[in-house]
Amino acid sequence: MINFPRLFGGRTASAPVARERLQILLAHERGLCGQPELLELLRSEILAVVSRHVTLDAEKVRVTMDRGNLVSMLEIDIEVPNSAEGWAVAS
Amino acid sequence: MAKVLVVTSGKGGVGKTTSTAALGAALAQMGEKVVVIDFDVGLRNLDLVLGAERRVVFDFINVVQGIANLSQALIRDKRLENLWLLPASQTRDKDALTEEGVGRIIAELRTKFDWIICDSPAGIERGAMLAMRFADEAVVVTNPEVSSVRDSDRIIGMLDSKTAKAEKGEQVQKHLLITRYDTGRAARGEMLSINDVTDILATEMLGIIPESQDVLRASNVGMPVTLNDANSVPARAYTDAARRLMGATIPVLVPAARKGLMDRLLGRRAA
Ligand SMILES: Nc1ncnc2c1ncn2[C@@H]1O[C@H](COP(=O)(O)OP(=O)(O)OP(=O)(O)O)[C@@H](O)[C@H]1O
Ligand SMILES: [Mg+2]
Repeated sequence: MINFPRLFGGRTASAPVARERLQILLAHERGLCGQPELLELLRSEILAVVSRHVTLDAEKVRVTMDRGNLVSMLEIDIEVPNSAEGWAVAS
Repeated sequence: MAKVLVVTSGKGGVGKTTSTAALGAALAQMGEKVVVIDFDVGLRNLDLVLGAERRVVFDFINVVQGIANLSQALIRDKRLENLWLLPASQTRDKDALTEEGVGRIIAELRTKFDWIICDSPAGIERGAMLAMRFADEAVVVTNPEVSSVRDSDRIIGMLDSKTAKAEKGEQVQKHLLITRYDTGRAARGEMLSINDVTDILATEMLGIIPESQDVLRASNVGMPVTLNDANSVPARAYTDAARRLMGATIPVLVPAARKGLMDRLLGRRAA
């Protein structure tokens, strides 16, 4: 198939994509809502709270992040054991 | 058996990160299980070139310090299921990366991957030393230009003396990758020739990557160039280089100059 835009040298520009990617990244690196590393803070505090009640097996905790323009997703999947041994002594 | 490959240069900005991403992706496309590690503490960039910058949760130093385990820190590429990234930390404390910690993590990665590719920071300081410390093989990235060749020579000297292999009396296998080769300037005799560079550095040639808009386009959209446009000249050059890393014998071609209009009108020839 003949790629016409390419034939005429005007293929889809990549610079706008680069611009948007950078804007999102830099907004996060400079600190969202004036609070730097908010997602990192949430992540570590959530895990700290959970580990007070459950013995956390690092292999059973999955943390993923997707930094977006308007919203970001912080997903924390924790596999909580049902058996008694899995529970730490609640204080 | 797993191979640890360092991509290094001494001089900055010659194309180490671009080459790490392209070679890593090309090897993964060939079915190898590959992890690329960003050693540039404080100035991470490999995540951007691979388009994974939005997904970084933990980094190399978090793993060294035991805050996260490896499986939590590794990011799997969304397009190539065999390609993984271990991102650098953005911390300003470069001493957080210890030789013992790096050694421990590389040993663990050796049990899980075919290729562990270490993207070295520029310079000859601690970061560059750590990136090459546990290497079995090295890709020395060089631009055909005097200061780059000189720095490559120093790096080759370090590979032969400061690596764990060298200290055991063994050799790190070295490959020379010439990047940003400008065919027009080469034709006009304004750039060191490939022969000049290989004569001076006396290192086996892995490939020649031309200066190309395709490389910039690929990094704009966060794709290794071998994935973004597999038929482009730089992508094919990187793919051939990856095949040579796998042991194939493919002759290295010097990219041909496309004569510019003015050159053709004036009947100019290479000096
Ligand atoms: N073959 C090429 N053609 C055109 N531009 C290139 C090529 N290779 C690399 N570049 C560009 O050169 C710049 C530096 O490349 P890169 O970041 O890969 O170098 P580096 O050696 O990793 O740099 P540093 O020493 O800062 O880590 C980037 O803008 C990259 O897009
Ligand atoms: Mg780099």
